[in-house]
Amino acid sequence: MTYASTVSMKVNGERRDLEVDNRTSLLDALREHLHLTGTKKGCDHGQCGACTVLVNGVRINSCLTLAVMHDGDEVTTIEGLGQPDNLHPMQAAFVKHDGFQCGYCTPGQICSSVAVLEEIKANLPSHVTVSLTERTRISEAEIRERMSGNICRCGAYSNIVEAIVEAAGTRA
Amino acid sequence: MRAFTFERASSVEAAAKSVASNPDARFIAGGTNLLDLMKLEIETPTHLIDVNGLGLDKIEATTDGGLRIGALVRNTDLAAHETVRRDYGLLSRALVAGASGQLRNKATTSGNLLQRTRCPYFYDTNQPCNKRQPGSGCSALGGISRQLGVMGVSEACIATHPSDMAVAMRALDAVVETVKPDGTIRSVKIEDFHRLPGDTPHIETVLERGEFITAVSLPPPVGGRHIYRKVRDRASYAFALVSVGAIIQSDGKGRVAVGGVAHKPWRLEAADVELPKGAKAASGALLAGSRPTEQNKFKIDLVERTLGAVISEARG
Repeated sequence: MTYASTVSMKVNGERRDLEVDNRTSLLDALREHLHLTGTKKGCDHGQCGACTVLVNGVRINSCLTLAVMHDGDEVTTIEGLGQPDNLHPMQAAFVKHDGFQCGYCTPGQICSSVAVLEEIKANLPSHVTVSLTERTRISEAEIRERMSGNICRCGAYSNIVEAIVEAAGTRA
Repeated sequence: MRAFTFERASSVEAAAKSVASNPDARFIAGGTNLLDLMKLEIETPTHLIDVNGLGLDKIEATTDGGLRIGALVRNTDLAAHETVRRDYGLLSRALVAGASGQLRNKATTSGNLLQRTRCPYFYDTNQPCNKRQPGSGCSALGGISRQLGVMGVSEACIATHPSDMAVAMRALDAVVETVKPDGTIRSVKIEDFHRLPGDTPHIETVLERGEFITAVSLPPPVGGRHIYRKVRDRASYAFALVSVGAIIQSDGKGRVAVGGVAHKPWRLEAADVELPKGAKAASGALLAGSRPTEQNKFKIDLVERTLGAVISEARG
């Protein structure tokens, strides 16, 4: 009987082999085992979105999934999106529009917002999408609704939305 | 969190047998509810069986013109599926009204049906709760009960089922397909799937130990206007105070299921019959015999008004 497992995943393009206690969340594996501390632990219960990362291109709460369930997966964290000397367009837009104050929720906000633009591009519906059978368009209402799983206690929401709108424009 | 052993299921039958042979084993799919409860030690499995690799993530047309949704289809993928959007819009609308984008990307069809209540006393391990600890008492009765149930409640429990998806499934007459540990398969109508609390609120569905959900199937589409309206304390990312899922035909006939009021999605065919007469008649039939608390009796009026808005939208 063993309470630990080995898992191999690709993190920010690099293969990483880990031995983890089965209880280890993906979030703790990233932070404590791989020392990728850009991904933040807020509530640790899937309510705040600070731990948002991309797994196989899809955004999830890394606190509510076990590392051992991600054997073979590709994980992208904020460190994989961009670096200080080579910012991702979304990071640059957050800086330009002051889309943060304390910055604690920001890595999750940015990972989430990068995925939101992909989700709209892939025509996934949201709660505010007017028609289920017509193409979904980028709008402030769509961005606000789709970002509701990322809480910002400083209340930088209006600037966050501006940043995402700009990043959507520069990409298009 | 308590320590547990972990295995990846090799087949549905093996997974079902594994859980049947260990009373403290659990299946894990999306994990968004189970892991949360494990952190709080409300769920304390000693063994987890990861069922994500079983290939149950397909959505297929059935020979009778309906749709068969694999148990592991993610909420995001189900809401976005072309046939669901076109023919079962109520299901898409209910799904995107629930949780957050991140959670919907992980949450599965079967896991959504099996998620536990969000009653605050179920989550507060310092308080008695018959659902968490049978026989300990219900703290919600006489406690903070604004979010809780008004229909089918008991002296033991007034918790609600928190799912939006299940409300749409109930209105759509979904059928839950399962495999038992001995290999037999069965189909359970969604109306029979969730139990009322009675004096055993810890037993939430009719599933037997180890019984595994493989799919949820929908009958052929019935047309009509598909509307899901959810009333909650925030505009997004909050559980329903009440929600109304309805399919209304051009002649005013239809069907309606309500969330946020009971231990299961609430629908009565006798109330469907009253729909052409309007919201007052239909909600009166739907909520006859309600047993609200002082704090949640507003839900009776709220269902009627929300249904009224849904009927107006269907006509508009």
